[in-house]
Parts: sequence; structure tokens; C-alpha cells
Amino acid sequence: MSNATLVSTTVNGDPVQFACPTDESLMTALRNRVGLTGVKEGCGTGDCGACSVTLDGSLVCSCLVLGVEAEGRKVTTVEGLSENGELHVLQQKFIDHAALQCGICTPGFLVAAKALLDRNPNPNETEIRYALAGNLCRCTGYDKIVHAVQDAAKDMRKNNKRSNKRG
Amino acid sequence: MGHEQKYVDKKYEVVGTRFNRPDGIDKVTGKARYGADASAPGQLVGRVLRSPHAHAQIVKINTAKAEKLPGVKSIVTSADLPDLTGGDQGLADILENCMARGRALYDGHAIAAVAAVDEQTAAQALKLIEVKYKKLPHVTDVDEAMSESAPVIHDRIFTRGVEPKPSKPSNVAARTQMGYGDVDAGFAEADVIVEKTYKTEHTHQGYIEPHACLASVNPDGSAELWVTTQGHFVFRNVCASLLGLDIAKLKVTSSEIGGGFGGKTHVWGEPVALALSRKANRPVKMVMGRDEVFRGTGPTSSTSIDVKMGAKKDGTITAAVAEMRYQGGAFPGNWAMLACMTAFACYDIKNNKSVGWDVVVNRPKVAAYRAPSAPMAAFAVESTIDLLAKEVGISPIDMRLKNVAREGTQAPYGPTYGPIGIEHTLKAVKDHPHMRAKLKKNQGRGVACGFWFNIGGQTCTDLNISVDGTVNLTLGTVDVGGSRSSMAMIAAEELGIPYDQVRANIADTTSLGHNDMTEGSRGTFSSGMATIFAARDAISVLKQRAAQMWGVPEEDVIWENGQAIAVGEGHGNLPALTLQEIAAKSGRTGGPIAGHNEVVADGAGMGFASHICDVEVDPETGRSSIVRYTVVQDAGKAINPDYVEGQFQGGATQGIGWALNEEYIYGDDGCLQNPGFLDYRIPVCSDLPFIDTQILEVPNPLHPYGVRGVGETSIVPPLAAVGNAIANATGVRMTHAPMSPPRVLAAIDAQENAG
Repeated sequence: MSNATLVSTTVNGDPVQFACPTDESLMTALRNRVGLTGVKEGCGTGDCGACSVTLDGSLVCSCLVLGVEAEGRKVTTVEGLSENGELHVLQQKFIDHAALQCGICTPGFLVAAKALLDRNPNPNETEIRYALAGNLCRCTGYDKIVHAVQDAAKDMRKNNKRSNKRG
Repeated sequence: MGHEQKYVDKKYEVVGTRFNRPDGIDKVTGKARYGADASAPGQLVGRVLRSPHAHAQIVKINTAKAEKLPGVKSIVTSADLPDLTGGDQGLADILENCMARGRALYDGHAIAAVAAVDEQTAAQALKLIEVKYKKLPHVTDVDEAMSESAPVIHDRIFTRGVEPKPSKPSNVAARTQMGYGDVDAGFAEADVIVEKTYKTEHTHQGYIEPHACLASVNPDGSAELWVTTQGHFVFRNVCASLLGLDIAKLKVTSSEIGGGFGGKTHVWGEPVALALSRKANRPVKMVMGRDEVFRGTGPTSSTSIDVKMGAKKDGTITAAVAEMRYQGGAFPGNWAMLACMTAFACYDIKNNKSVGWDVVVNRPKVAAYRAPSAPMAAFAVESTIDLLAKEVGISPIDMRLKNVAREGTQAPYGPTYGPIGIEHTLKAVKDHPHMRAKLKKNQGRGVACGFWFNIGGQTCTDLNISVDGTVNLTLGTVDVGGSRSSMAMIAAEELGIPYDQVRANIADTTSLGHNDMTEGSRGTFSSGMATIFAARDAISVLKQRAAQMWGVPEEDVIWENGQAIAVGEGHGNLPALTLQEIAAKSGRTGGPIAGHNEVVADGAGMGFASHICDVEVDPETGRSSIVRYTVVQDAGKAINPDYVEGQFQGGATQGIGWALNEEYIYGDDGCLQNPGFLDYRIPVCSDLPFIDTQILEVPNPLHPYGVRGVGETSIVPPLAAVGNAIANATGVRMTHAPMSPPRVLAAIDAQENAG
């Protein structure tokens, strides 16, 4: 490995170090060096969204980010969505609505959908469709994906209301 | 043990309801392992060098510099893949497609491959391989390839199916003809005749997961292959044949598959990865880039089709003729033959004739793509039927109903239909609320029908009952659309136990007998049948064990609701024995309890669908947007309606992409100009509305539950449904798909200039 650089970063809340060539994408580093193969490669050119992760909370295609750019930042992948051994609401709703078939695009959709609901807890159908337009799915026709996100958003708003009341 | 295949009407407990898929959690958490997600100790990275030319002689390949690069462990060319195909031309074509043999036949054809310690070294090594090419004349268009002046790609191809046998080779591999009746007499009876020529472009299956495999060959000839495929048993047989391995010593494991749609029924880079591994004596992982998927793996045919249809004033179609030219890429296929079989299959036309021409061009070897060849033929026929309906002044739905195929109609390809659902879908479309939705300015509505055969094929299934009463269902048909869930539901239904008690898994090739590909919409039909029979075998064992536990004759035991019940005189009061209770004692009553079935599942029911499409066409840009879309299809019996709907919606969406955007664009140099998702644009979420679905159930008489295949038919009607909708929105008849904005705009402009 020529030109390897040591990168210290935070992935799904945990401190992580890896060495990677300076021209290696964050996607490849996460898959091959951190072992997070939930980050999928569909194109390597930022067109399919299967490698979507968040970098300091912003949604990115990790194939368009260099591994070294993760230095000192916070990366969240699909592996970081479930907490305390429980599926995230979006994950459960994708299963319940049969919003996945082959499932290769699913990690990217979940990360992108979570990024949407984090900034807009009550999106309408058009907003969901445009927020997910960077993620390609070839199996579902997107129908059940949009339904799953709508249903997840509803549950998440209910849960937030409840926890706000309690708080 | 013989089993009854015939349909029996019954009330279901599990089948027909909606359960979550067993692979769901792994897929939403990132744990599911696809083709590129496996690793092996000491693995190398495999990469392929591809031809930059559409057609070229390979004068010399010099790998000396690449071999000297530190970290390069093996390099293979066609010399490392000797021809062991023994005169099997189909297999020889696969071999030549895997790795060019003296000639590059299309832009992207594999020339050489490298295995190195890492990605960077492999990429560098590819650059160090020196290839001397001599460019040859090329042809990429199907009509041009048929002309006298076209460069002949293979001097071994003499058109099959014509008399006398041609004296010269050509690019036309075969002529096929189907149909019956006297079309000339039929046209003489017609009051109205419509004739039109159509073109469709080359489209790719577009699965999001690129081809990927991990190959490992040992010096003793034993080997393993982890691969994303629609059929690991077939891949095993093909790879073993090409590499001279014993079939039983090559263990192939199918990974989770990230979409296939027919494209992963064909072997591409796997023999190359195995050859690299054999030479390096180390495991080799080979993953294609997206550009390689577009340039090097199978799209579907581009076509050129003439259709002529005649009808009486009352709407009766008296004659229909289709002349269809399909290119199979650089190797001959049977694609035009499939077009002949499907073109007029929805209708009862007394005089019909379909002629197909299978043509080779300098493009990637065509692969199956969801109902292969049917969508293009349907585009031409279903567009023509709308034109005919307009001429005779009957609504497009009534025109279709007037001529619809029914039980007893002879299919254009020979057999007489049993109970089929095309009429049911058309009537459902006619009554559908979608048909009453108001259309706005620049909007139009189109309807079209579609047909796909569905197949059965070889299937082998195991069912093993654990001592706690939970059940392992071991399948050999790759799960491409949720079939593990459906099969587990079927096993639960038969055994009379809850769905959660059954776990369905896909076995590797060393753990189960041969299974054909998951193709032809056969997964749920054939594996479902084998599951039913395996479960019934297990039930007979369960009954025998219960009889033993009670000490009563076996024939006095029946199986009901997941338990054995003694019904004979004198022991009717014995308490029932549940599956769990019998399983718990199995070690003392004869050992493990299992069921097994191997079957060649015949009698796949035909699949028919009718679609409704509303589009809005922007007259300024020619851009068409889908406003509403409805799929009505006969499923025979929907085992899990969620996944049946998913197949309907997914197929319709692929068809919409084909209708509006997707196409391979070749330059004058014969090279593909858009090998990426940016320029080969598949539908995205914001392009579409919700896709409404209606499942009809006309039972298939040759499946115990009435199941028909549902995976493919849904891609057949959309091209014509969209084209008919655009015609109704604009008054312009589009005859060239995709009906992309520039084409629609040019057609609108031409109409305005003419008017």
C-alpha cells in the first residue's frame, strides 16, 4: 500500500483508526478496512446512493469522499442505525412494508431516509420522493419504500411527542 | 413418492397472508452478505482488461511488464482457458465471451485479467499489459447488420431456418416462423389494415449490485466459488466444464443477490476468477465496476419490428403479421424466437404469422432480461392494436376484449390454452377507478396487455424437522424476490404450524441436488411445488411415528392442524400428538424426521397482465411524466401478496424506464458512450407516482395451490401503455422507444409542421 495515511475518526459512535492510501474512497476504507460491508458499492460515481453515509450529520455518497477526509469527523453507516439492540423505526417499517426485495440499496435508503426525517420530521410525499431521488432501487418501483418512510415518520412524530411530554 | 400436482381448491391458514421476510433484518442492518461482501484468507484482487474497440483482431498480448510488477500474482488470457467445450457451441460462446480468443467482438470484451495483492497494484498491472490490436470494421445496428454490405462478424454463421441453406455466412443466425391460418385470406377479409415499423433500443437489467465473486481453486482440483447469481448449480456446471473441474469438487455458494432480472443467469467473469486463482494458488475476489457491468454484461436486444394487422368494422382482428429483427450482441441467441412466441399471445387471431430474425452485432452478448424479448414485441403489437381500434372506432379496451384469448384458444406457438386470466385483467381494467380519473391538459391515458409463459424445471428441496419442532426448509432456487418467505409460508401451511416455526435457507451446491436457475418466473411455482411435496413426505413420516408412539396402525392416523390424530375404532380417544411432541421423541422412534422432493415441475401457468398508464407530456420539452399507473395481473394464487405486488411494481417501473429514458448510446466508433447511471438513467423515486396494483387469481390447474409465476409479465405492457398514453396526450404516435424528450419533441414538431 503506497502513500498510506493513518486516519483517526469516529464511526457509529466508536473511535476508529485505519490506514489507507490517500486516493482511496471512504466507501472502500469503510468496507475493506473497518469491515462495514453494509456500505454498498453500486457505481462508484455517486449516482446510485447505495454507499450513503452521514459525515458530521450530512448525507454523502461515501464513494465521493476520500477515506482521509474522515479524519476527526463523525461517520454514521447503516450499521449505526439500530440502538440498544433494537431496530430503528425506519428499519422495522422497511421490513413491515416489504420495502426491500434484493436489499442491496436498502442501507443507502435507510441512511438517506433518516437524514431526511432528522431535518424534516413531517415530509409530504413529494419531499420524500425528492429526498430519496439520489438512491436507485431497481426492484420495488419505490412504492413500498415511500410508504415505509411515511409510516416511520408518523411513528417517530408520535414517539417524539410522547417523550417531549414525559420530558 | 408420487404426489398429486393438480390444483385443489381449499381454505388457507397461512398462504395468502402477509408475513415479514426471514432475510429482512440482515438486509436492513447491513449484515446481509452479497457478492462483494465475502473475504478469504490471503485473497487477491482480480481485475479485467477490456477492449477499447468495437471489433478488432488481437495481434499480440504482452504481459511481461505486468508480470514483473511486485504484487502481481497471476495474469490470464485466453491461453489459460483452453477450449474444453468439445463441440458445444453454446458453451464455446460463453467461453469466448468470458475472454476474447484472438478477436475483440465488442467494446468492453475481456482481453486479459490480473490478480494482485491489492486494488492499486491490480489497476497498475492492467496498464502495463500491452495489447496490439488491428481494428476491424464493425456494425452495431440490427438493421445494418442484416444488410449485404455489413461486415460479417462470424464466418461460421449460416442462417438457420431458411431453405436452401445459404452459401455465404452472414450476421443473421436464424429465422423462426410461428403462427397458423392464412394471413393473406385474413387481410382480404379486413375492412381496415394498419401497418407500422417500430424500433426499440438496447437496455440493461440495471441491477444495483455489480457482478462479484470470490474464487478459490486448489492444486488438487477442488474449488470454491462464492458468487452473486440466479442459479449457483448451473454456474457450477458451466464453470466446471470450462475449467475442466469435476462438478462435485466445485462448491458454489450463492450470496445474497443484489438484483438480477435475468442478467445473473449468465456466467461472465467467474471462470476468469477461477483461472486466476488456479494460476496464483490463492483466492481471488473479482468485483465489476459499473462501467464494466454496462460494457461487459448482458443487456437485452435492440430491435426493429414491422407489424401489420387487419380488422373488420366490428373490431374482429382477421389477420396479424409481425416481422421481428432482434440482435443478440456478438453471439447468436434465440431472442427473436421468443418474440415470435409472445407477440400475439394475448389474442385469438384466426390468421397470424410471426417471423423472427436473430442477428449478431458488435455489442455485448445479450442476456435474459425479465420476460426476455416480449416487451419489444408487445410495444409494436399493442401500439398497432390502438391504431386499429381508432380506425374502426372502438375503445382500445373493447377492441382487446373483442379479440381476447381464452381457455381453448390456440397459442401462436402451438399449445391450446387452459384457464388463463387475460380476459379477467381486461375486464378489471375496464371497471377500475383509474379509468374514471379525470385527465388534465397535456395528459393522456393508455392501456396495454402483456404475456409471459413462465417455466418449471428441475428442483430439489429438503425439509428437516428439529427435535424442538422447528423446521429447516432447504432450497436450491436463489431467492430473488422474497421466495424464502413464500416457501416458509407454504411449508407452514402444509404442516399446519405457525410461519415463525419454519426457517427457509438457500443451500450451497454440495448440500442439495441440482436446481435450475431462478428464471422464467419459476421460483415460487417450482420450489413451491417441491416444498409442498417435501412437506407431505415429512407428514407421512410424522404419522408413522405417531402410530408407533401410540401402537396403532398407521392408516388410522390423520394429520390435521399440525398434529397427528388417531381416528380408528377403539383408539379415537387418544389425545392428539403435536408436531413438537412427535419431533421430541424422534431419536427413539426411528431417527430424524425429514421430507425430500426432487421434481421437474411441468405445467407452469401462463401469466397475463393489463396495465393502465396516465402520462403528462410537456409540449415545450417533450418530457413525459407518469401521472398514474395501475397494474392488473393474474397471479394464479398469491402466496405472499406483498411480494407479488412488489414484482408487479418493480416490473412496471423497469418498463417505464425502458419506455421513457433507458438506452445504450453507441458512437460511430462502435463504443458505448453512456456506461454509467448518470447517462443511462433508470427511474428515480421522484420520477414516479405510487404504482397501484390489483392481484387477480385464476388458479393454475397444474399446481396444488394454483400458483402461476408472477415475476416477469409486469415488464411486458409498459412500453406500449406509455406509448398509447403519449399518443392520446399529444396525437403523436411514437414508434421508437425509449420515447425520450428529444424523440417526443421531434415528433410533436413534425406533426405541427405537417399540420
